[in-house]
Amino acid sequence: MAETLLLGWRQYRLERKMFWRNPSAAFFNFLLPLLFLAAGGAILSGSQHDLNRLVPSIAGMSVMSTTFTALAYNTVFLRERGVLKRIRGTPMPTLSYFAGVAANAVTNTVIQIAIVIVAGRVFFGIGWPHQWLSLVVFVLAGVISLSALGVAFAHVIPNFESTAAYVNAAFLPVVFVSFYVFDSSSAPGFLRTIAEALPLKPLIAGLSGAMVTGSGLAHNLDELAVIALWGVFGIYLAVRGFSWERSGA
Amino acid sequence: MTVRRGEVFGLLGPNGAGKTTTVEILEGYRARTDGEVSVLGHDPARRSIELRRQIGIVLQSGGIYSHITPREALAHWASFYPAPRDVEEVLDLAGLREAADVRSRKLSGGQLRRLDFALALVGDPELIFLDEPTTGFDPEARRAAWETVRSLRELGKTILLTTHYLDEAQELADRVAIVKDGRVLAIGPPRELGVGGAAGAERYRVVYRRDGEGELIELETGDPTALLAELTTRALAEGWRLQELSVGRPSLEDVYLELTADG
Repeated sequence: MAETLLLGWRQYRLERKMFWRNPSAAFFNFLLPLLFLAAGGAILSGSQHDLNRLVPSIAGMSVMSTTFTALAYNTVFLRERGVLKRIRGTPMPTLSYFAGVAANAVTNTVIQIAIVIVAGRVFFGIGWPHQWLSLVVFVLAGVISLSALGVAFAHVIPNFESTAAYVNAAFLPVVFVSFYVFDSSSAPGFLRTIAEALPLKPLIAGLSGAMVTGSGLAHNLDELAVIALWGVFGIYLAVRGFSWERSGA
Repeated sequence: MTVRRGEVFGLLGPNGAGKTTTVEILEGYRARTDGEVSVLGHDPARRSIELRRQIGIVLQSGGIYSHITPREALAHWASFYPAPRDVEEVLDLAGLREAADVRSRKLSGGQLRRLDFALALVGDPELIFLDEPTTGFDPEARRAAWETVRSLRELGKTILLTTHYLDEAQELADRVAIVKDGRVLAIGPPRELGVGGAAGAERYRVVYRRDGEGELIELETGDPTALLAELTTRALAEGWRLQELSVGRPSLEDVYLELTADG
């Protein structure tokens, strides 16, 4: 057990090192949501009401890009390049490997959320989060659920060249629909239904409660349930369809 | 088919013969459909950590993280094993000294292949699988890889090698199995395979040139004594000489081509 943990820690250290050495991944997984925050903040700076909606929306998007997007990319890349197959042939325990990879994603998420919270406090007139417990629970649920969905989504991506197309085809519509429905009370009913059923909008609602409006965990149990259901579904698909090697290789 | 401890065993066969499938079953990547397999006393399908600690695998197309150097990769891999080899020593053994601190996405194809070797060796395994280890190598890199394989054998390691290069099997393997369509067609030391072979009878090849005439004449026989007696008698009687005379057994290549020919 101690060894499994130690190897997981080593994998985590390696993942961190590689993350910072890969500028394009660091940019897309990390800076993009922050640029959205800066740009959105500049545009909406006149209205505190809008800023109150922008900040949790970006926080939700950050969770999705550091987990779903990053893990879908990584899994496909490592699978197609044969790195996963090589690791599978070593005594590295599968649990340690995935613990290291997941911890890396969690670290990115935590750093991002921290930046968004500080920016909200310093630049956008939103105080410190009101409901820390709710914040932690929603971030955690979002990370688990969206990480699993990212790994599961990698199964349908046939090769590395098409990864960007597949990931964006999932990521962008989810982000737009969720942002729109979260922001607008006049969104069409069917769109609202779709957004409520997807994991991002409930995540944003939960984060908004924790960070802005002060509505705690007890008022957002429905949202939490939707995220958890996606999590169960994602974990099932991620484990069931997982492939260590390129198909047809 | 049994591979003995401490030997270099070659699996030789055309593309699609089942070499990689066989090796991947032994490595634990694939499940067997039938039969029994034992690797160092373990069933590889169970994928036990004890077994994986004792084997080293050079894959045909194994990738490595783009953003770490060979030294970092080896240090990471070494940490998986209870008694790894020294990273610096492995860098030297694999010929990666100069590339030790270059990010792997900037390594040449030959250097990446050497890194494959190094990663398989760093755990100091008992048994090493080499799946077509020199495919795509230039002649110099091949020689270097062969040297590495020989030095591993001197350390007492067991090596299972697949290749479709006959010279490689001849140079490196103590014994080879020729496979086609998933079946072992012949098995034995490469230099002796020609003798018994699949035909069962001893066969020799006699080559000579009649002086004054241009062409090399090649004959095959199961009884070289009689053939040579007949040839020398004729030559003496007719007053010509046997030039460039050689008596040989069919080469591994002859046996290989004969066995793997279609039909």
